[in-house]
Amino acid sequence: MSIEVTLTVNGVTRTASVEARRTLADFLREDLELTGTHLGCEHGVCGACTVTVNGASARSCLMLAVQADGADVRTIEGLLEPDGSLGVLQQACADSHAFQCGFCTPGFLMTATELLAENATPTEDDVREAISGNLCRCTGYESIVQAVMLAAERGA
Amino acid sequence: MKPPAFNYVAPTTLEEALDARAEHADDCAVLAGGQSLMPLLNLRMAFPGTVIDLAGVGELAGIREWDGGVAIGAMTRQRTAEGDALIRERAPLMTTALPNIGHAAIRNRGTVGGSIAHADPAAELPAVALALDAQLVAKKKRGERTIEAADFFAGFLTTALEPDELLVEVRVPGMAKGHGVAFHELARRHGDFALVGVAAAVALEGDKIADCRLAFIGVGGTPMRAREAEKMLVGAQPSAEVFAEAAERAKAELDPAGDTHASAEYRRRVAGVLAQRALAEATR
Repeated sequence: MSIEVTLTVNGVTRTASVEARRTLADFLREDLELTGTHLGCEHGVCGACTVTVNGASARSCLMLAVQADGADVRTIEGLLEPDGSLGVLQQACADSHAFQCGFCTPGFLMTATELLAENATPTEDDVREAISGNLCRCTGYESIVQAVMLAAERGA
Repeated sequence: MKPPAFNYVAPTTLEEALDARAEHADDCAVLAGGQSLMPLLNLRMAFPGTVIDLAGVGELAGIREWDGGVAIGAMTRQRTAEGDALIRERAPLMTTALPNIGHAAIRNRGTVGGSIAHADPAAELPAVALALDAQLVAKKKRGERTIEAADFFAGFLTTALEPDELLVEVRVPGMAKGHGVAFHELARRHGDFALVGVAAAVALEGDKIADCRLAFIGVGGTPMRAREAEKMLVGAQPSAEVFAEAAERAKAELDPAGDTHASAEYRRRVAGVLAQRALAEATR
């Protein structure tokens, strides 16, 4: 069963015909070729596929593309500055060495994007609570917390 | 790890939703927030012929005053409920329990009614509904009925809802003003399903307990009230000794099963420990 959807992804309006069972994650990766959104567990545990939907973080593996019809979706690709340089949060991650293999990074950054939009001056505890739904198997999280704190300091 | 193919229906009114529910009663899944259904689909543990997506039914979301308590539309997002002032005032146990559900990204999508209708015995909101004697409003094409929370949870992921019914509203009666609440759970990792959890709501009159609710999760096929322990506590003066005795009584009422995560004996023991902590916190 195919259904037409129209949504905004990183500021660009996209219209596509999707199968009802297509997850938002697969729609972004396979149909829109926005492969920055990573799929880890595909059942809502790891947080790697986190995007924002109308500003609120969501697991894109636990949403159907058809459910995003009319929504404003933002992915890691949308964090770049208009000139193509890294966004504040991305740069803070690079400066803090907040990733090693980088697989979990897009999910962390989209989760942090929601946090910083709601709370421009989070405490370390706020950051830890916010990112608690994202798994990283490399860093031990310390550098990720530092990166979000640094981004807040720089006014992300 | 991809959902099986299904027929997708997206009603925009409750009437359309109830029509769809009636039409596909023998083979449908209701998609509320999707935070339990989507994993089941991705893992191919569910193969519904039709998925009815309630997200477009605006009339199912909302929070209103109800008879001294609060009525919560089934499609109200958990994150919305978490920050709601009326729920905080009228049903603080729910406010306290909500942050224990998964993580913010899960609660952004997950709904109050969805969690209750899914009836996972380790989930928080079914226990809150049970503890607060919530009235669950079920609608079908022709008719509406109210189901007491005590009669709603029939077994593991099983409720009293008929295949053509939808849970439309959760009505939570108010407890005495200023009553104390606590919610404690033990999970392997923050945000995981609880191995054991307890919800407590206690109203005092003077220095004595006038009303006491104690509900457990992860200790059976449904959330469970420890009614004998509650009865014992009503009229008692709060103290560590009384709470220890009540916890022993509660442990005898529970029937946890053992699995790879924890043995039955461990769950029972933890239930007693958490109950004492929750009772102490709720009467502080």
